[in-house]
Amino acid sequence: MSDAELVQRLLESVGIKPSHVLSDDVARLEVHQNHVVGAHLLPGLEVDTTERDDGIEAHLRLLPGARFERPIHLCFGMLPEKGLQHIVLEIDVEEDASAQVLAHCTFPNAVEVKHRMDARIRIAPGANYSYYERHVHGPGGGVEVIPHATVELGEGARFKTEFDLIKGRVGEMDIAYDAVGQAHSVLEMLARVSGSGTDKIRIHEKARLAGEAARAVLTTTIALRDDARAEVFNTIIADAPRARGHVDCKEIVQGRAVAKAVPIVEVNDPTAHVTHEAAIGSVDSKQLQTLLSRGLTEDEAVDLIIEGMLS
Amino acid sequence: MTLLEVRDLAIQLDDKQVLGGVSADFKQGRVYAIVGPNGAGKSTLANVIMGLPGYTNFQGDILYRGESLKGLAVDERARKGVTLAWQEPARFEGLSVHKFVTAGAKTTNGRDLAAAALRQVGLEPARYLNRAVDKTLSGGERKRIELASILAIEPALVLMDEPDSGIDVEALDQMFEAIHRLKEKGSTVILITHSRTVLRQAEHAYLLCDGRVIDEGPVNRIGQYFENRCALCDHTNEPGPQEAL
Ligand SMILES: Nc1ncnc2c1ncn2[C@@H]1O[C@H](COP(=O)(O)OP(=O)(O)OP(=O)(O)O)[C@@H](O)[C@H]1O
Ligand SMILES: [Mg+2]
Repeated sequence: MSDAELVQRLLESVGIKPSHVLSDDVARLEVHQNHVVGAHLLPGLEVDTTERDDGIEAHLRLLPGARFERPIHLCFGMLPEKGLQHIVLEIDVEEDASAQVLAHCTFPNAVEVKHRMDARIRIAPGANYSYYERHVHGPGGGVEVIPHATVELGEGARFKTEFDLIKGRVGEMDIAYDAVGQAHSVLEMLARVSGSGTDKIRIHEKARLAGEAARAVLTTTIALRDDARAEVFNTIIADAPRARGHVDCKEIVQGRAVAKAVPIVEVNDPTAHVTHEAAIGSVDSKQLQTLLSRGLTEDEAVDLIIEGMLS
Repeated sequence: MTLLEVRDLAIQLDDKQVLGGVSADFKQGRVYAIVGPNGAGKSTLANVIMGLPGYTNFQGDILYRGESLKGLAVDERARKGVTLAWQEPARFEGLSVHKFVTAGAKTTNGRDLAAAALRQVGLEPARYLNRAVDKTLSGGERKRIELASILAIEPALVLMDEPDSGIDVEALDQMFEAIHRLKEKGSTVILITHSRTVLRQAEHAYLLCDGRVIDEGPVNRIGQYFENRCALCDHTNEPGPQEAL
């Protein structure tokens, strides 16, 4: 298959019209297994890639003050049923740069695929970076996803990340993000995952509020069915004056699924304030009865409630 | 034609006899009201008819189109045409008004249907379709969206538990129009209410007190309850709130 065909197939597998992305005003990078199959750069973005046996190394630099009209598109994936993709990603968002990245990770045919991402993200003072990662997995559940990232937020920097794995089976997943925020930085981490079958989900997000008035919100929403299992350990440590944080974990469990949530908050300055909230349970009875009274079956009603919750 | 027949219905909840032998007849294409003081058992009656959990263990029978609803689950009753507009509607995080309103509707063009239903309850579709049915909606907005979702499924029988609570004057008129449109399409509407204005929308009314029907008849006559309270029985209930005139 040619590189152009691979790009088409990857984009199609995540439900994106290639014409949407393959346009001159969209910066993008597509990686199939260990091979860069497509790229388009715009002023303000520099990308350096090295192909390795088991994946690639990529260094993205968003230059000082850079602005992009449309989100930058990244797509990592594998069409074959088996294999390993290890992405080593370094992202530097330089001073006052502002960018939105839409990343898709797609393994539509996975039977035995391992996707590992080791990312190091540095967001310089005054920069604003948002990273939305959406996973599309096949129905077989043969994927192991291991995204690990460290994030450094400079003074006044903003970082928002959203992780979505809602379509297809999760397989096994182990998310670990570790962030440190300097003064007046703002961090938002959101994960939405829907597990079924024998999926195993582990999420460990950690934020350290190191600078004065740094803020962080960690939000995890998980829906589990069948024999799926999830463990969420989200942590905020506030070391600085007037730091603010909130950890929020919501899990809906159906069938024989098992969920565990351990929010950890630590406050080392009396003027800091960190809260947490964790709720695990079945779908709300009144919501369910309402939809049943409109004629939806129980499965349809639960699907709709979960779809809303994960939206 | 009788659509729903409640026969000598009795139910205990937590050892309390909440309904003590209620009988009532509801004909197709007509609007009914059920009035009575707080705690009389009005919502309980609606919940038993809908078959909600906790309300399925009763004596007597409920016949719908001549067949007993006993043993049918809520969704089975709903697919036969029975639905309930809740006194305190549920809130759904993240679920759009568009999806909520069309849930259960037989349609392929959900957006148009949802927009039409919202217009009928006086809500501008462009402002509401993409909002979530969550706690950011006001109480009155939520009630109107509840009614819109009922209109969208065109039920044969709808139980409306205090449809006017939290509704402003203008929206109330729109709600009445919507109720009459339902009737014109052949639906049977049962309005549970503490309001004389809502009662007047009905053609026939039941006065419930202490879990029993103590009177039934034309709304004018049953409406006297609002002046006399239910002086007919020596009930232990507190009378319902009097409507401000
Ligand atoms: N699960 C329950 N267990 C025990 N008692 C109950 C239960 N549910 C309702 N009741 C009681 O049954 C009676 C009837 O309640 P219901 O909600 O049907 O009254 P209502 O006529 O709808 O009143 P309102 O006008 O206040 O809405 C009340 O006294 C109430 O306290
Ligand atoms: Mg009531």
